[in-house]
Amino acid sequence: MRDFLEFEKPLKELADRIDKLTKSEPDKPAVQRLIRILKTRLARMEHDLYSSLTPWQRTQLARHPQRPSIVRYVNLLFRDFIELHGDRTFGDDHAIVGGFASFEGRTVCVIGHEKGQGVKDRIRRNFGMPHPEGYRKALRLMKLAEKFHRPVITFIDTPGAYPGVGAEERGQAEAIAKNLFSMATLRVPIVAIITGEGGSGGALALGVADRVLMLEHAIYSVISPEGCAAILWNDASKAPEAAAALKMTSEELLRLGIVDEVIPEPLGGAHRNHEAMAAQLAKTLSAHLSALEAQPIDNLLADRYEKYRRMAAVATPHTSSPECLPPS
Amino acid sequence: MGWFTKATSSDTEKGKLNIVEGMWRKCPHCRAIIYRKEIERNEQVCPKCEYHFPLSVPERLAKLVDEGSFEEWDAEVSPMDPLGFVDSQPYRHRLQSAQEATGQKDALVIGKGRIQDIPLTLGIFDFRFMGGSMGSVVGEKICRAIDRALEGHLPFLLVTTSGGARMQEGTLSLMQMAKTAASLAQLDRARLPFLSLLADPTFGGVTASVAMLGDVILAEPRALIGFAGPRVIEQTIKQRLPDGFQRAEFLLERGMIDAIVHRRHLRATVGTILRHLTVGR
Ligand SMILES: [Zn+2]
Repeated sequence: MRDFLEFEKPLKELADRIDKLTKSEPDKPAVQRLIRILKTRLARMEHDLYSSLTPWQRTQLARHPQRPSIVRYVNLLFRDFIELHGDRTFGDDHAIVGGFASFEGRTVCVIGHEKGQGVKDRIRRNFGMPHPEGYRKALRLMKLAEKFHRPVITFIDTPGAYPGVGAEERGQAEAIAKNLFSMATLRVPIVAIITGEGGSGGALALGVADRVLMLEHAIYSVISPEGCAAILWNDASKAPEAAAALKMTSEELLRLGIVDEVIPEPLGGAHRNHEAMAAQLAKTLSAHLSALEAQPIDNLLADRYEKYRRMAAVATPHTSSPECLPPS
Repeated sequence: MGWFTKATSSDTEKGKLNIVEGMWRKCPHCRAIIYRKEIERNEQVCPKCEYHFPLSVPERLAKLVDEGSFEEWDAEVSPMDPLGFVDSQPYRHRLQSAQEATGQKDALVIGKGRIQDIPLTLGIFDFRFMGGSMGSVVGEKICRAIDRALEGHLPFLLVTTSGGARMQEGTLSLMQMAKTAASLAQLDRARLPFLSLLADPTFGGVTASVAMLGDVILAEPRALIGFAGPRVIEQTIKQRLPDGFQRAEFLLERGMIDAIVHRRHLRATVGTILRHLTVGR
């Protein structure tokens, strides 16, 4: 059954009414006509609602419990997936899933955050918040991919790296930093896909790539809107304001040059139709992957470096416009 | 990211009042009340517990580089407001007050200098400027310092004190982590040494990028260093944090840093390390 979010309540009321009518006297012509009218109205309401979502509403969609994540995409997009576990030093972090799989006839390395499905699985996966060993496992797999010349595809969906005592003791910051450093020069194509929640450094640790793709309603931010509101507004309930101020939606990030392409979602969000979402994703991924594979790796690395090197909004005395940012 | 900024900047503001108005100063680590002159005579180090009080950039340079050798680069590179960010006050106003208070355009000073006659490029964070947070200018200047290190075949030394990535520049601040790490990878390939010195406090996106990527990582005694701020961790795990958690000594014990160096020995230690890594190769 479909889960409705708070802001979708008007849709739910109408959908429930249609449901009730359909069950009561579906054979009466008058009822049939009413159902048709209500269905048209519902479609219009849905269209209006979903084409004018606020950043905060989109945050709710990005965090939707039924939103597909890496485990789902692996089933829908790839064949012969074999999961590989552990960082060979401390443990296996279930918040990050990784392995090798076939995509359109080639082997790829697939790595991503997994928040889990259902309460038990969510707890086991720490709600998608990795510890250092998760990032180190990811790096181990990326090095394997490099060794065997397989492109890397990452799926990003995390509230952030886990803020805990063990995580700090085992070097959360070092693990993230090492991934950024290593991904910058990894000698295979990398495509990162932000599928849900791109939570700060914990997301970026899988996000340095030749192409960064972002699902329409995904978010990507330096801090969660709640965290930002607590610090800058002194009030966590100002999260909707912070969500808007942080410019964390796919359109904004495309405009800032942080994201290379936005992948449209089914109406109402990816959770409404996993198969359609996966098909759309496969199409975009396939095009980017083929383009990257056609390039000599040294060109790719030079472009990757240049892309990040240009990311800045700075002014020098004689220019009041940004030096490198695309015009807003 | 930036979780730590608030707690520490308000602490520093309180501390600043003491510095300006009082003859006495409270050590934030051991809580001892100490005669201000005594701290100054002791290189801004607490005589009771060796906590290293924050230094301004000029103070840091005076203690670190050979006299008269420092030459600043790109002082005029200034922040913009790419998101048009407004919280309780506009980002532009915050920048303006920080610029007036510090006389600097942003939170990092870069340049070249010599330490024990060894030429090198340097970057020094200024915590007084919006908690030393890393936005576009800080990231850009770190990369420019690295560019010049590559051109001149010089080592790079970065002194960090920062609450993390700057929230007001949003995801663009996050990208500075990737950007600086990518530049450091170039330095790495050129086999030029990168020394990272962590001063109190170093947190968030700065720790999780440049700070922890040093070929050699040094820290000042008692410095707080971490990814997540202690308050955030406490709220998450709902337990008291262990004694000494996230202090430099705690990180050394867990293998996360190479050495803790007293300010008094810093210049000599950096000189020795640089000679070991560069001379006669
Ligand atoms: Zn003390």
